[in-house]
Amino acid sequence: MTNDNLSVISLVSIGEHPTSRRPRRAEQDARAIELGIKLVGENLQTLHAGELPDDANQQTALRSYLGMGLAEMNLLEMPAQADAVLVIAEHLKQQNPDVILTGVRAESGESSGMLPYLLAEHLGMAMVTSIADILSVDEANQQAEVLQALPRGQRRKLIVDLPFVASVDMAAAMPRQSAFGPAMRGLLDTAVAGDFADEEASTWQTSNAKKRPKRLKIIKAKTAADRFKAATAKASGGGGKVVHGVEESAQAILDLLVEEGLV
Amino acid sequence: MSSSEFLSQFLFTLITFALLLTLVGAVKRILLWSQGQSSTIHWLGLLQIPRRYLVDLHHVVARDKYMSNTHVATAGGFVLSAILIILLYVFQLKLQILTWTLLGSSLLMFVGSLFVMRRRRNPPPNLSLGKWQRLPKSLMVFSLSFFILTLPATGILPSDTGGWLLAVLLVVGIIWGIGEMFFGMTWGGPMKHAFAGALHLGLHRRQERFGDGQSTGLKAIDLNAKKLGVEKPIDFKWNQLLSFDACVECGRCEKNCPAFAAGQPLNPKKLIQDMVIGMAGGDDAKFAGSPYPGIEVGTHKGGAIIPIVNVLVENETLWSCTTCRACVDACPMMIEHVDAIVDMRRFETMEKGQTPGKGSEILENLSATDNPNGYAPSTRMNWAADQNLTVFGQNVEKQEVTQADVLLWIGDAAFDMRNQRTLRAIIKLLRAAEVNFAVLGDAEFDSGDLARRLGDEATFQRLATSNIRTMNKYQFKTIVTADPHAFHCLKNEYVEFGGHYNVLHHTGFFADLVSQNKLQLDNSKELALTYHDPCYLGRYNGEYDAPRFLLESMGVKIKEMDRSKSTARCCGGGGGAPVTDIPGEQRIPDMRMADVVETNAEIVAVACPQCNLMLEGVVEPRPEVKDIAELMLDALIEGVVENTGEGVVANAVGGEV
Repeated sequence: MTNDNLSVISLVSIGEHPTSRRPRRAEQDARAIELGIKLVGENLQTLHAGELPDDANQQTALRSYLGMGLAEMNLLEMPAQADAVLVIAEHLKQQNPDVILTGVRAESGESSGMLPYLLAEHLGMAMVTSIADILSVDEANQQAEVLQALPRGQRRKLIVDLPFVASVDMAAAMPRQSAFGPAMRGLLDTAVAGDFADEEASTWQTSNAKKRPKRLKIIKAKTAADRFKAATAKASGGGGKVVHGVEESAQAILDLLVEEGLV
Repeated sequence: MSSSEFLSQFLFTLITFALLLTLVGAVKRILLWSQGQSSTIHWLGLLQIPRRYLVDLHHVVARDKYMSNTHVATAGGFVLSAILIILLYVFQLKLQILTWTLLGSSLLMFVGSLFVMRRRRNPPPNLSLGKWQRLPKSLMVFSLSFFILTLPATGILPSDTGGWLLAVLLVVGIIWGIGEMFFGMTWGGPMKHAFAGALHLGLHRRQERFGDGQSTGLKAIDLNAKKLGVEKPIDFKWNQLLSFDACVECGRCEKNCPAFAAGQPLNPKKLIQDMVIGMAGGDDAKFAGSPYPGIEVGTHKGGAIIPIVNVLVENETLWSCTTCRACVDACPMMIEHVDAIVDMRRFETMEKGQTPGKGSEILENLSATDNPNGYAPSTRMNWAADQNLTVFGQNVEKQEVTQADVLLWIGDAAFDMRNQRTLRAIIKLLRAAEVNFAVLGDAEFDSGDLARRLGDEATFQRLATSNIRTMNKYQFKTIVTADPHAFHCLKNEYVEFGGHYNVLHHTGFFADLVSQNKLQLDNSKELALTYHDPCYLGRYNGEYDAPRFLLESMGVKIKEMDRSKSTARCCGGGGGAPVTDIPGEQRIPDMRMADVVETNAEIVAVACPQCNLMLEGVVEPRPEVKDIAELMLDALIEGVVENTGEGVVANAVGGEV
């Protein structure tokens, strides 16, 4: 696939390892870069907004994206409390990218998964969630064929108009290995971003997360095939139905309560 | 002019001319080597060449008695003859004693050449054919020609014997002989090994290897360099390029290489020859030895400034190596195959990011969690929850200590349920012997062995310096570990980063305790047992005796395998080979287990967690795999353990309740 004129920007964040909590290359962001490299090769631009990391581990984490074979990375310097969405949107408005790739959600910080949505809203672009691949880009018609990841390995092919924002799912191709040499030698092109205070966040109250009660998974499978299916299945929708009428609704609720053994 | 006068004049011209050409060839060859990167020039080593040749090199050659005797006769005869020929025919020193000596030396060489010829009649598969098949004939022609030529000069035969016919025959023979033996020496003939080999012995990159010394630790590289590792032949150090030229294609490396035997695409001999091709430019069509299994000869070419991997050598060749060092140990020319392989791996990993198999995942885990399988660093000591171990640290409330006699290095066996059994055995034994020991706990990181051998020098250096920083906070006399890989790193590879420790493998440490009677072992059991030498304990660190001493202290008569001690076959677990997992025709551990089965042993004793896993991975039925520490615990005389080990644990637990 050659898309010489296509402009693709991949947004990257500093990830966090789930067990050691050490900074690392975020898994989804790395997949976004892998996808971007597949689309436009060396022309892929990468962007990170945040405080300039003074911690060596954080710098290494950020540089590990460069180790995937990128010559440079744009770094928008902003205070920790600033609103990254506004900073990035401001920057991207001047760039006119055709495709903006992000992860589905960050591994640290707010980790709300809202950034791609808010960004698309600010830029007036389409937003495609959880993509596994971009199959082709038709620059003449300004359209792209995108593969969206659904649970249980299902895929949905979408035709999306350029420009668009896409969040890259874990189902996308594994990122290539990050090499130490290029990572150390790559350029971090730093620019000081405008100061956009996150007014909303300042009003929030934070408290520690509590463990929610979790339904025990009772597997009644009889055969190995069933057990395999149960072990590999992701929760999926499709079980619900729309019920009209008071009688039927009440009956449906009662049936559920009986089924759960609560009545 | 008589035929003898003609011969004398002709020889002066021919030999002088040949020597000049040889000199030109030598300069050309030296220029090839000088394309490499700078490295310390050990000038004084040049003075050591005769000693190193006669002692160190011969020591290796003599593992094959037939060949060592043959080589002594041929090489000794040749060197002496060559000197005498130059004295007699170039400097015209017509002394009778020189003539007689030449007669003797050429005869000696001729006898040697007969044995070379005999061996070459049905050459074993590890020998190269092609120009190497020509060599015995050339040796014979050279020696015979000079023998016959010298006969009249000694007066045994009248001068002008044979007349012009013999003179013409001698001219032909001498041109052939001198061509092979002088000219060929520096112009790429089989005799190149003598010229390059001698210089290599003198200028070797690891001078410490000679005189029964040992130098097995990989050499560090500067991580700020413009290029990390070796991409092209010119990225090797110049003395590495020289070492490649020293190869005599005897194929002893090939015979000992576990990857080659398993049908993986690696042949150490071909690899070194490919490096020569890369240095001088050309293709591998003329290589007349065994190919890399599964890769046809004649399909690859290279040059000094052409990248090596996937042009001259397939990447799978590099990643098949288990770094077991069997090739290095077997090499009579002291070539360092493993250094070259790791140098090229470094470029693959640190510049290209192309570590195959699970390599990438393992290296990321090491970066994020300091252990190869990505377990939470805080769970490192979970295995010892019931062991009540003393931990090094500053927290007095937790009864942490800053001082102990022994630092017990746990290694990544901490996360492996099989090898946790070994660790438990070691702890019981240490307690039985009342050893004052402590562990680093969660502060211990992976030793970096795996990262380094996968070419990730950056991660290795980070792990090494972190571990050194941690250990420097505490006082201890000795480090004891059950993992020969950690043992090797801590002992030999941390030195370059300022970590100087007295490190012992648990077998070495326990051997001392047993010989001091601090541990008493029951020697009445009769076990049908063999012992598998771990590469990193044996070949890397020369420890063959302590494990055997311990086994014998338990009354075991070891049923030694054919390949044991320095020729022991690798289990297949070193050098990241299980991680990169290059396919072959069979698995290395299966071959090793077949060696075990051949001895009729019911138990194979191991001394390395990696060997343990590899050999236990062989399908049953097979002999049982047990670490020496486990066997020792079985044989420990009971009374001692209850008073100390178990008792201490019970008291401590009881005390807390």
